[in-house]
Amino acid sequence: MSKEPVAVVGVGQTKHVAARRDVSIAGLVREAAQSALRDAELTWADIDAVVIGKAPDFFEGVMMPELYLADALGAVGKPMLRVHTAGSVGGSTALVAANLVAARVHGTVLTLAFEKQSESNAMWGLSLPVPFQQPLLAGAGGFFAPHVRAYMRRTGAPDTVGSLVAYKDRRNALKNPYAHLHEHDITLEKVQASPMLWDPIRYSETCPSSDGACAMILTDRAGAARSPRPPAWMHGGAMRSEPTLFAGKDFVSPQAGKDCAADVYRQAGIADPRREIDAVEMYVPFSWYEPMWLENLGFAEEGEGWKLTESGVTELDGDLPVNMSGGVLSTNPIGASGMIRFAEAALQVRGQAGEHQVEGARKALGHAYGGGSQFFAMWLVGAEPPTG
Amino acid sequence: MAPHERRQVAVVAFGQSDHLRTTDELSEVEMLMPVLHEVLAATGLKTSDIGFTCSGSSDYLAGRAFSFTMALDGVGAWPPISESHVEMDGAWALYEAWVKLQTGEADTALVYSYGKSSPGSVRDVLTRQLDPYYVAPLWPDSVALAALQAQALIDAGETDEPALAGVASRSRTAAAANPHAQLKGPVAQGEYAVRPLRTGDCPPVGDGAAAVILAAGERARELCERPAWIRGIDHRIEAHGLGVRDLTDSPSTRLAAERAGVFERPVDTAELHAPFTSQEVVLRKALSLADDVAVNPSGGALAANPMMAAGLIRIGEAAARIHRGDSDRAVAHATSGPCLQQNLVAVLEGETRV
Repeated sequence: MSKEPVAVVGVGQTKHVAARRDVSIAGLVREAAQSALRDAELTWADIDAVVIGKAPDFFEGVMMPELYLADALGAVGKPMLRVHTAGSVGGSTALVAANLVAARVHGTVLTLAFEKQSESNAMWGLSLPVPFQQPLLAGAGGFFAPHVRAYMRRTGAPDTVGSLVAYKDRRNALKNPYAHLHEHDITLEKVQASPMLWDPIRYSETCPSSDGACAMILTDRAGAARSPRPPAWMHGGAMRSEPTLFAGKDFVSPQAGKDCAADVYRQAGIADPRREIDAVEMYVPFSWYEPMWLENLGFAEEGEGWKLTESGVTELDGDLPVNMSGGVLSTNPIGASGMIRFAEAALQVRGQAGEHQVEGARKALGHAYGGGSQFFAMWLVGAEPPTG
Repeated sequence: MAPHERRQVAVVAFGQSDHLRTTDELSEVEMLMPVLHEVLAATGLKTSDIGFTCSGSSDYLAGRAFSFTMALDGVGAWPPISESHVEMDGAWALYEAWVKLQTGEADTALVYSYGKSSPGSVRDVLTRQLDPYYVAPLWPDSVALAALQAQALIDAGETDEPALAGVASRSRTAAAANPHAQLKGPVAQGEYAVRPLRTGDCPPVGDGAAAVILAAGERARELCERPAWIRGIDHRIEAHGLGVRDLTDSPSTRLAAERAGVFERPVDTAELHAPFTSQEVVLRKALSLADDVAVNPSGGALAANPMMAAGLIRIGEAAARIHRGDSDRAVAHATSGPCLQQNLVAVLEGETRV
């Protein structure tokens, strides 16, 4: 059976900041949704269903907040689904919404993800003790630092690579008006001189805690034909999960990430991602994950990812720009971070990315991961509709 | 795509735990594992044969973030699987899986959900679902909110306390034949919990898990002698604020039922997720159920109401009746949120028997 092609015709984001004290959670999500509707030149009445995602409910202290948010998101009388797949949730949420269109269950769907981290404390939200289960070791950095160390040992990467990524992403963020961190005086030396938090991860190589929301309008072929601006077309999308901990797990390059990327490339007809994909928005909450994911996603041979980063290939004006928007390193409303990757990929192929636009981007990858590097969600979007 | 053009998808296996007031000796994963094995054994499928997996649960019941990751370890997601999770009742996980099967990207799906209410006070926990700025700080609990709804029904002349007692008695009498039920047989209507609701009008608090396997087309016939075909499924949400809703009605249930095709032909069975006796009154009206429909022959949520699984169990119980030949066309319903805020309706059918 054939699937309906899925198009992104609206993208909206809030300005991401440390604390949006001027709006409630409902106000925050509505702002992003209205921005996406404006972009698509649609109204609430044009939306058939709402798919919402965020990371743990403990982050804001609201259990199943979609119930409370139904009114703010114009969902009354409509179907509303709430997705939760840890850090990958923003990506998974977009894919669940896309499936509603692909399966021709609905014509036009609003998908949205948010986090209002200022209403709570994410580190402690992740650290509630449960008997007989391992704690997350003082937040996510404590969990991921040993895996970064393993990558460095395995590949022989020099310890300067991480700071290059952070320096690049923070400079890219200066070109993105929605990015949280705008460090106008950033220098490579400042990154390298920042305090060590979880060796080898320095303060300036970690993501901030942000308040923010991201929304997209997904629609079918007929909806795309009415779009006032160029749509982004979905060429492939997939989710893969593997267990948190087990003897055979490769934390440096998880199999689920490789399988997920392979599935997306198969759907999109991509044989050589390094040559055929023009821009990548990948989930890099700690700087070293850029070279690690370059390998996991098939852009570099195993052990070679850091060389791409070091040689400037992933710079905004490089041959394979990565995190043109400034990435998770510059903006991290956790539940929304994955959707921002997907949305920024869509903006690139629509030619709507403003100052951080990659000239002539035709195909872009959006990537998200979560949990103990165990949940993956990705999509590949293109400027042209998929063939066949 | 018109409904008749949809890919035909069926529930081919259903399993549930015994629902218990406390399961201190079991983790959520240990509670879930036997149920997962039960549905896999019933179909002969292994985890690696399943095309898509989707689950429903709540971090707030588990008392920790990312609680579903532990259940995934129990599923045995290796080699990696195509998988997703909703922070909702498992009925909505089943909906997501049904959509996935409609895309043609998978032919089978494993759906599961679970919840333990025993470690905390579920009445207090559920207050955290409410508007966090204006309502939740007042801690109005789930029984008090249901009592508002019950009183509105009584004031409107739609029911009275003896009628509600009748719903409770009928449900728990039916549950006597359900080996998994928590409350079964005659149960005293008890003292007032919150007027006009007595303890007998309220669901038991307990722990439990459920799992379902879905399959599309011919695959369903291979896996099950009499598949329970999902002829329609839809869900709708209403406003959160109780002040802007007519608590004596459930327009979201009615709309979902219309979309699912409930009203096209009579049903013989209705499995309704009505944790409070008064909510059955609302749902019967919204679904226009005839008097001869077998309502909650399993005992329903009044006999066992494991949070996050009770809705999926309604779909499973309806399907199991079709599998056994006790039903030909059933409606299953799941709810979420205070006073029936969000509702899902599915129509299940068995093929004509020769």
